[in-house]
Amino acid sequence: MTATERLYEPTADALPSLAGGPRRRPGLGRAVGLIVPAVLALGWEAAVATGWGDGRLLPPPSRVLATLYALYASGDLVTHVLATLWRVGAGFLCGVLAGTLLGALTGYLTVARRLFDPTLQALRSIPSIAWVPLFILWFGIFETSKVILIAVGVFFPIYLALSGAIMDVDRKLVEVGRMFRLSGPQLVWRVLLPATLPSYVLALRAGLGLGWMFVVAAEFMGASEGLGFLLVDGQMTGNPATILAAILGFAVLGKITDGLLAAASRPLLRWQDGFKTEA
Amino acid sequence: MLTVENLSKRYPNGLLALSGIELRVRPGEILGVVGGSGCGKSTLLRVLSGLEPPTAGRVTLNGTDIASPREEIGFVFQEPRLMPWLSIRDNVAFGIRHLPKTEQTARVDEALQRVGLADFARCWPRELSGGMAQRAALARALVGRPSVLLLDEPFSALDALTRYDLQDHLLELWSYERPTMVLVTHDIEEALVLSDRVVVMQPGPGRIQTVATPALPRPRERTDPLFEDWKHRLLGELSRSFRDHRRGEEAFPAAAI
Ligand SMILES: Nc1ncnc2c1ncn2[C@@H]1O[C@H](COP(=O)(O)OP(=O)(O)OP(=O)(O)O)[C@@H](O)[C@H]1O
Ligand SMILES: [Mg+2]
Repeated sequence: MTATERLYEPTADALPSLAGGPRRRPGLGRAVGLIVPAVLALGWEAAVATGWGDGRLLPPPSRVLATLYALYASGDLVTHVLATLWRVGAGFLCGVLAGTLLGALTGYLTVARRLFDPTLQALRSIPSIAWVPLFILWFGIFETSKVILIAVGVFFPIYLALSGAIMDVDRKLVEVGRMFRLSGPQLVWRVLLPATLPSYVLALRAGLGLGWMFVVAAEFMGASEGLGFLLVDGQMTGNPATILAAILGFAVLGKITDGLLAAASRPLLRWQDGFKTEA
Repeated sequence: MLTVENLSKRYPNGLLALSGIELRVRPGEILGVVGGSGCGKSTLLRVLSGLEPPTAGRVTLNGTDIASPREEIGFVFQEPRLMPWLSIRDNVAFGIRHLPKTEQTARVDEALQRVGLADFARCWPRELSGGMAQRAALARALVGRPSVLLLDEPFSALDALTRYDLQDHLLELWSYERPTMVLVTHDIEEALVLSDRVVVMQPGPGRIQTVATPALPRPRERTDPLFEDWKHRLLGELSRSFRDHRRGEEAFPAAAI
């Protein structure tokens, strides 16, 4: 049999776009998402400026930004942001570690699943905020109870997603691993881990979102600094601009941290073959 | 020498899938296995590969029992089963990661060359057609230089033209290292084009009905009248196996199996 007989076989010439390997799509059109918020902000600014709207309860963007700048200039903003970031970071880390460990264990070992899963599922049905009084009694009102509350919120989506994803790994691919005599750890590292990575990354992002949600609850329960404290402070002093400044802070920080997580995982997930694969 | 002695396989659910199988496959031989759906062809291959333990009897390769997958046994599944997160090159290298880097590179390059995928080394599996993906799976199984290659209906999901091409291609690949091959197929023509001997299996429980040795010159031509002759003989055997099976069912209702 000669090469010319295999007529349908594509050559590098026939498929120039493939010759360079997997392609990247250009990052066009992302800016479109900015149109709606920009129009809304400018519209409200103009409405208040022309006296058509009342800026007392909902201050215009310029006043919110001015408040934000004042906070920044006094150095308070950095203190608040760092306090909140530290709590989210520590809580997220603890939640991810615990969720990954238990999720991997229960997904991989049936024994562990039988042992832990019923208890964890029962605990999951308790709204996490309900733990707050107990945490305060046990760990005091300061950082420990806050970090633990956030960790609890982060834990469950990661635990659930990882243990489910491991159980769902294609049996046929695991069999290929067996045929090549992979050991347990090798199977985890070379088959289970990459196969579950897409769900795991999604779970990390969902967990981070919950982390940001729970940090507000944690800071509501008594704090002298942090963006959540700023929210309470704005309410107490009747200053909506402060509240909005804190909300803006949450939005920006949440978006940035999620974006970092997504960007860090994107190179690892380029193989995905989904409907509109995009991280 | 790959030998099977008095092999039976009963699945945990109680189903007897294989019973009293006796086989001797010479080194470098190509053994075809044909039979109707559910007569235990895949089960036989999985026991030969070490993926499934036998219930009774022995399976040995050069005198030692096959209790679990072994380096010298390669397997090609019905589906390519490529790891979607690895490039074609890394998929082919999947089973030889324990070798030195330079050796890996040389072997993968050679294997990709042989299956005609050298230009696609850096592609993802999703970017290949079904036939190309199956060729990559062949490369992955052969790159470890197994002395036995087991193939479970490797081309059955492909169109006829691609199948013919891959059958020829498989012979070409076989000619380099001449591994022993056991090829399960439901396609009599495929078995006749490739095999030195053809095992016809019989269902309920899976047994060997006959072993045919087609006296056909190589390379085999599908248009050869002798080829047509053998095809009819094997077809006859196959339909006899089904007739016997149905008669057996009348005598022993399904519960007795
Ligand atoms: N994992 C399993 N557990 C229980 N029974 C099984 C299992 N795998 C196969 N069987 C049964 O064993 C018998 C033989 O199955 P097998 O897959 O070996 O047939 P086959 O000849 O390969 O069929 P096909 O041509 O359709 O692939 C069938 O009756 C099937 O139901
Ligand atoms: Mg089968």
